[in-house]
Amino acid sequence: MSTSEKNEAVEPNVTNGSPKPTSPNSDLKHDFASFWEYSSAPESSDKVEIKPSYGHFIDGEFVEPVKGRTFSSINPATEEVLTEISEATSEDVDKAVKAARTAYNKRWSTLPAKERGKYIFRIARMIQERSRDLAITESMDGGKPIRESRDVDVPLAAAYFFYYAGWADKLDFAFPGRKAKSIGVCGQIIPWNFPLLMLAWKIAPALATGNTVVLKPAETTSITALKFAEICRDSGLPDGVVNIVTGAGQTGTAIVNHNDIDKIAFTGSTKVGKIIQKSVAGTDKKFTLELGGKGANIVFEDASINQAVEGIINAIFFNQGHVCCAGSRLLVQEGIADELTRKLKERMETLIVGDPLDKNTDIGAINSKAQYERISDYIEIGKAEGADMYQPSNGIPDGGYFCRPTLFTGVSQSNRIVQEEIFGPVLTIQTFRTPSEAIEKANNTPYGLSSGIWTDRGSKIFNIGSHMDSGVVWANTFNKFDPTSPFGGYKESGVGREGGLHGLYPYVNLV
Amino acid sequence: MNQSSSLMSYPDFSRTVPIDTIGVQERVSRLNSRSIKKESKVQGLKLALSMIDHTTLEGKDSEGKVIQLCRKAITPYAPMPDLPSVAAVCVYPNMVGTAKKTVAGTSVRVASVATAFPSGMAQLQTKLDDVKYAVDEGADEIDMVISRGQFLRGNFTYVFDEIGAVKEACGNAHLKVILETGELETLANVRKASDLAMHAGADFIKTSTGKIQPAATQPVTLVMLEAIRDYYRETGRMVGMKPAGGIRKAKEALQYLVLVKETLGADWLSNEWFRFGASSLTNDLLMQIVKQETGVYQSSVYFSND
Repeated sequence: MSTSEKNEAVEPNVTNGSPKPTSPNSDLKHDFASFWEYSSAPESSDKVEIKPSYGHFIDGEFVEPVKGRTFSSINPATEEVLTEISEATSEDVDKAVKAARTAYNKRWSTLPAKERGKYIFRIARMIQERSRDLAITESMDGGKPIRESRDVDVPLAAAYFFYYAGWADKLDFAFPGRKAKSIGVCGQIIPWNFPLLMLAWKIAPALATGNTVVLKPAETTSITALKFAEICRDSGLPDGVVNIVTGAGQTGTAIVNHNDIDKIAFTGSTKVGKIIQKSVAGTDKKFTLELGGKGANIVFEDASINQAVEGIINAIFFNQGHVCCAGSRLLVQEGIADELTRKLKERMETLIVGDPLDKNTDIGAINSKAQYERISDYIEIGKAEGADMYQPSNGIPDGGYFCRPTLFTGVSQSNRIVQEEIFGPVLTIQTFRTPSEAIEKANNTPYGLSSGIWTDRGSKIFNIGSHMDSGVVWANTFNKFDPTSPFGGYKESGVGREGGLHGLYPYVNLV
Repeated sequence: MNQSSSLMSYPDFSRTVPIDTIGVQERVSRLNSRSIKKESKVQGLKLALSMIDHTTLEGKDSEGKVIQLCRKAITPYAPMPDLPSVAAVCVYPNMVGTAKKTVAGTSVRVASVATAFPSGMAQLQTKLDDVKYAVDEGADEIDMVISRGQFLRGNFTYVFDEIGAVKEACGNAHLKVILETGELETLANVRKASDLAMHAGADFIKTSTGKIQPAATQPVTLVMLEAIRDYYRETGRMVGMKPAGGIRKAKEALQYLVLVKETLGADWLSNEWFRFGASSLTNDLLMQIVKQETGVYQSSVYFSND
């Protein structure tokens, strides 16, 4: 066979956007349900101890809230109360900040860096030792499938502590020619989508650089933060270095406005981020904000389509879509749009929505009633905007806050479901014809946190990637995290970077 | 025959999808995280047992060995007579007559490797004679090997025509086409060879001869299952899948079944459309089935090797 014939057979098709011939069998369906159903395989929660109530963790011990206010933490899969959580008022926050200040002055900032590192390594190991307990707690309190809390959240949280523990005594090498000084007391406010992991992103670099911490977990997911407080206590970490106060927005406000806090780190909605930025304006507080997103996932016609389908599923249905960097806008080149949409629908038929503790569950419970209602509203908005909705036929549990994975086709860039962050398992599909149209659509949003590119050609990845206004660009994959990699947003997706060497900057003053 | 001959057209390689190896591996490991417990485990183990092509392909095979193999295939474990027989026995052509006689009157079919198995390094006519001999001896199924040398040098039409000729020589016998994926090496080649074989008329596509390492792997199997799915969409014709070689443990067998279930669906979960080419897998499945029934693991000495 001649070389030219061979090449003809090997080269992938380039159709310049014109539709490929459609198959005559487009009505053929695969039956994924009628035979060999998986029996339930729940992770046992018998040995997991959740106390009936928790106080704040201040100065190395659990203390009752000053004003005695509490609220309930709910299991979103069953709507049962798991425990009572204390609500911190400004008095509690003040106590916590004082403890952190004393610890900073007397115990932590003066400790040799090598010793600091040892404590952080010990915390990392204790997270690993208690990983099963933490994973089950995370799934019960937040609704995420055990497969994810076991394989992603908890191991990654430990990995961030290990990574930053390593930096503790090497800061002189991180900033050549300059000296890194710690800042003081850091106020940290984290969201409910990855409770323990976001805690790790915040606390690990803060401790490694010699700062002390007052952290507030989200009100719907406080339990793993309180279990982390137990780890701090059991690890022998000096009192007051890590303080955890629980509560909702008012507690967060008290932290942001406290005079003796030197740095604010916030992960959450863009709306709250703007309020925080206003509050700290005119003060000498440093701040980092990691906010919302509406990530574009761009699939070119030369992509590995079957693997792209899997990547799209991971991009939007990971953690019920409660991911700030979710690939919630799918942009597909017109030539493969029909085929990709069909394959995506077929794949969605095999997603198992159900008990978060079942090891086979792909999509767990929506984190809270409020979020469930918000997502439901957006689904109604999508329908009202004239988009075509698709949900797979598989069942969902009766009680609890469960939402079917949802796909909208026939959407426009001007639709609200394309413009606004839904923070749920809802994907919109748009098509494009040329690379420049894909770039334009991808960047046409106030957000800029993440994007994905799917193509078999390396050159295209670098070309398109360099035009993306987003902090992360994933190529032929999505939602991958690593402690060595910086993470953060463009535009309204945030200020500052977390993770990697870059994640040290917000926690040091360079002299 | 008319319908199938109209399906035999050279595949349009310009539409062959690229394969991302890392993506395939991730999909496999995600499917491996499925937890198969309780009733679904028992059901899966019995299903896997019924899908085995119980195989002996040794130079030292004799009639006596093949007769023992067939008896084990018919009744895998005498203390549990309700267990299914395996799907087929798989032997060399000169053992087909013996095997056919021994399994007569049972559900067990006789498969024969042919076409100068395992290398395929022979003239086409020799290969076709090999196939015709096996079919005349009574083989229900023919497991052919493709000419990997021709495939790797880009002579796809040769491979296509060869499969077509073998298919014709098979008559009514089912044709399984062995790609020998261990020699093709890349997943892109696996996909291309799968497309070639299906378009040339394969009833089954099969990973390996078992004589080359690596033999069957889950990433290769997933790529082949996806090729079957895309071909089914294109033509409406179902094609079967047979991973062969290296699958020894019941747990792995269940993982393969999960790949099938979540890629092709329930219609492929029978021995009409999915087979395991294996020999030692049978006893591990039996041990697990007995464990599920009795609650305790039995020693391997309680299970006959042949």
